[in-house]
Amino acid sequence: MRRQPTPWREPRRPGGQRRLWPLWLLAPGLLWLLGLYVLPLLALVPLSLSQPLSRFGLETVFTGRVANYLEVLQAYGPILARSGGYAVVATALGLLLAYPLACVIRFRGGRWQPLLIGLVVLPSLSSYLVRAIAWTSLLGDQGPVLALVSALGLTGPLDALGVLRDGRLLNTATAVIIGLTNNLLPFLVLPLVVAMERIDPRLLEAAADLHAAPWRCFAQVVWPLSRPGLAAGILLSLIPAAGDLVNPLILGGPNERMIANTIENLLLVQMQAPRAAALTLVLMALITVAVLLQLRGRGLEELPLP
Amino acid sequence: MNRIGSVLLGLASALAYGLLYAPVVVMVLFSFNAPRGRFNLVWQGFTLENWRQPLRDAALSEAFLTSLGLALAATLLAVLLGGLMALALERARFRGRRSIELLLALPLTNPEIVLATALLNLFVGVDLPRGPLTLLLSHSLFCLSYAALTLKAQLAGFDSTLELAAQDLGAPPLQAFRRVTLPLLVPGLLAAALLSFSLSFDDYVVSSFTAGEIVTLPLYLAGAFQREISPQIQVLSSLVLLVSAALLALASPFRQGRP
Repeated sequence: MRRQPTPWREPRRPGGQRRLWPLWLLAPGLLWLLGLYVLPLLALVPLSLSQPLSRFGLETVFTGRVANYLEVLQAYGPILARSGGYAVVATALGLLLAYPLACVIRFRGGRWQPLLIGLVVLPSLSSYLVRAIAWTSLLGDQGPVLALVSALGLTGPLDALGVLRDGRLLNTATAVIIGLTNNLLPFLVLPLVVAMERIDPRLLEAAADLHAAPWRCFAQVVWPLSRPGLAAGILLSLIPAAGDLVNPLILGGPNERMIANTIENLLLVQMQAPRAAALTLVLMALITVAVLLQLRGRGLEELPLP
Repeated sequence: MNRIGSVLLGLASALAYGLLYAPVVVMVLFSFNAPRGRFNLVWQGFTLENWRQPLRDAALSEAFLTSLGLALAATLLAVLLGGLMALALERARFRGRRSIELLLALPLTNPEIVLATALLNLFVGVDLPRGPLTLLLSHSLFCLSYAALTLKAQLAGFDSTLELAAQDLGAPPLQAFRRVTLPLLVPGLLAAALLSFSLSFDDYVVSSFTAGEIVTLPLYLAGAFQREISPQIQVLSSLVLLVSAALLALASPFRQGRP
């Protein structure tokens, strides 16, 4: 890899004089971020302690009602747990496929590497709603997946394991998790490939020269050096998966609704803005804790962009 | 041992690509389906009829054009605002640079539903009727972080002594920017624009909260799932995929070294 040149920065001026130009360049973007992100997020706090004025509008009045949080946790705690559970299972399944794929792209890809990476990115450029709709054809009662399952005589055992429900796949947790895994796969693969790119091939040669078995080479060189990519990939997958709205909507039934569906329902159907705000803040707090635990002191710049 | 490992690696990779492409293949395949009834979800027989009239479904075509316009406008705004921010963050010294970088990365650490709730309550709070304006504001916001961070990485990566050389040779700052910095930024601008466009074009969560009466393509698709899935949905989606693949192939030579 080419060495990155040090970027030029405006030299320090004598006497601590500061030019104003960075401020003018930053002002419009900062206005956007503060007005459309920071301010509305902060405004959720008083809203979460309010009460709706009527049953038919989103107008509220602040009453300092902390009970909103208790009610929300009591009513939707199981759905929060379910969302976290689906996200974790989907990420784990994704890793089982993404890690070997990243290894293949990095160590066996050769000159096909850019193509293999492009092929990982390409599906995410097509609409995720259309992909979810396509899964309903694949997983439907007349679809090829169930036909294969029954041809292999696995309908009974999979039903007993809870993977299928009454011989069906649609409107089950399995279908939602398959959809989620499909969506998050590129977010796992790309950071892993980036991390593995940084592994100096000479380290692997040295290990081989010293007669390390391939598995030792993996365990002592590849695995530890791919850890940063692993951490980033897990975060980039877990966060959107836990807050997903589309897969439970299209592939799940009423028993597979996730937290985003609940917030949407509270806000747009039940017109319960304070409870929606409380639930959103709870979700945000849980995810922030997860992010901080995962990063443990490292900066946010550790998150590679897709 | 080595051979078993290779086989396992290959098997897992094939499964990964299989999982990634299964719905995409179905999507393209069903654009050639001749469905009976209103839902193009079960294979009936091959036809080219849908591709002859890709715009036959009027409501779908309108939603498609709405999303196209929205994504273009949001991309323009996000790349402009984000580009200016990236320039200031990479090229100037000032206090608070780190905090602004953190602020830019913050929206990426929360699921979209958080932003959607916050924005809806903001628009209700300031009494801004939901419609084209609120959609554009929301979309440009979530694209802004991606655009700014992509461009910042691009600016950090290229040889900035070229800018110094231009200035040493007497080029006024604006001319140096136009003749040297801007051309070097083109790959980054392209990547940022592509990313913003695809994020906006495909957005469902934020749009469903902030669109009001406007129907974007993802909103139309979610509604269609309850009413009617016309084969034109798969035709237009396949076309979008085709264009995306072409753009990806065009953009990739520019992005070498930064997968």
